[in-house]
Amino acid sequence: MQQVSTLKELEEKQVVFTRKGLLRGMRRTIPLAISGFTVGLVFGVLARQAGLNTLEVFLMSALVFAGASQFIALSLWVLVPFPALTIIFTTLIVNLRHMLMGASLRPWLSQFSRAKVLALLYLMVDESWALTIGDFTEGGRDMAFLLGSGLVMLFAWVSSSVIGHIAGSAITNPAQWGLDFAFTAVFLALLTGMWKGKSNLLPWAVAAVVAVISYRLLPGAWYIVLGGLAGSVTGAISNAK
Amino acid sequence: MPNSILALLTIFGMALATYLTRISGWWLMSYVQPSPRVEAWLRQIPGAVLVAIVAPAVFATNVAQTLAALCTVIVAIYTKNVLISMIVGVAAVWLLRLIM
Repeated sequence: MQQVSTLKELEEKQVVFTRKGLLRGMRRTIPLAISGFTVGLVFGVLARQAGLNTLEVFLMSALVFAGASQFIALSLWVLVPFPALTIIFTTLIVNLRHMLMGASLRPWLSQFSRAKVLALLYLMVDESWALTIGDFTEGGRDMAFLLGSGLVMLFAWVSSSVIGHIAGSAITNPAQWGLDFAFTAVFLALLTGMWKGKSNLLPWAVAAVVAVISYRLLPGAWYIVLGGLAGSVTGAISNAK
Repeated sequence: MPNSILALLTIFGMALATYLTRISGWWLMSYVQPSPRVEAWLRQIPGAVLVAIVAPAVFATNVAQTLAALCTVIVAIYTKNVLISMIVGVAAVWLLRLIM
């Protein structure tokens, strides 16, 4: 045990890393993991339609572990020529929000070794981050919470993706059943969850208009990058005050 | 469809890009504090990108997809469930294409 030397350190409760915290993180995450599981099933089904094999689905869900960007990758996967760099770049852009999340955890990570932090941050997804921040806001000071929460989300996401992919073999000729619309429907559902009120209206309208115009005029997936940039910059300016 | 090596390389590229976003916020914080404007911008990105993805399919293809999109959004608002919304959206587009 380190000796407490300054007043500031006395005020800040020591951040610990215990088995108890790990289990609490796991328990608190189960409801969100169930909803993540259903989204993962959808991802697996759609991944099969986009032409990914089971190994690729497993690797993508286990290594990328970021839902929205994985769905976007699937919608680009079917383009010819295969837009590998566009997929990687779009993934980077969509996941830039992680920077904010990681930055917000910094004060509580300072006492852990670099290796431990680098491993923990691999498990930082929207859900595990939000629950961990919530727990710390309520006075919890156990960073193993993030480990438990992230592991439960990872397990739910990877297992459901693979199950969805295997079960999806029952579906042939997707367009006949309207399944080509499934991506759009999933994104629309995710978007309604992100709607925070009127402040979203202008940036999203700008994103839509720029995307439709770019889609008509430019090849490939430029419409996503241009619409996304135009909309997010508009949002940053219009919501500045 | 990509060959298997290109597919794996793309997946590894996505994984690397995503992991960099996970560690870079924590790492950068020891050097700079992001301005409120940069924070506001980062927060706006996921929604704007998703809108840009769906916009052509919703507004620039055909009426069946526009109406199905409307059904999907209404169901998503009420159920807050991605799976149910997707099933309703797909069923709606299938039905509307049959009758339109």
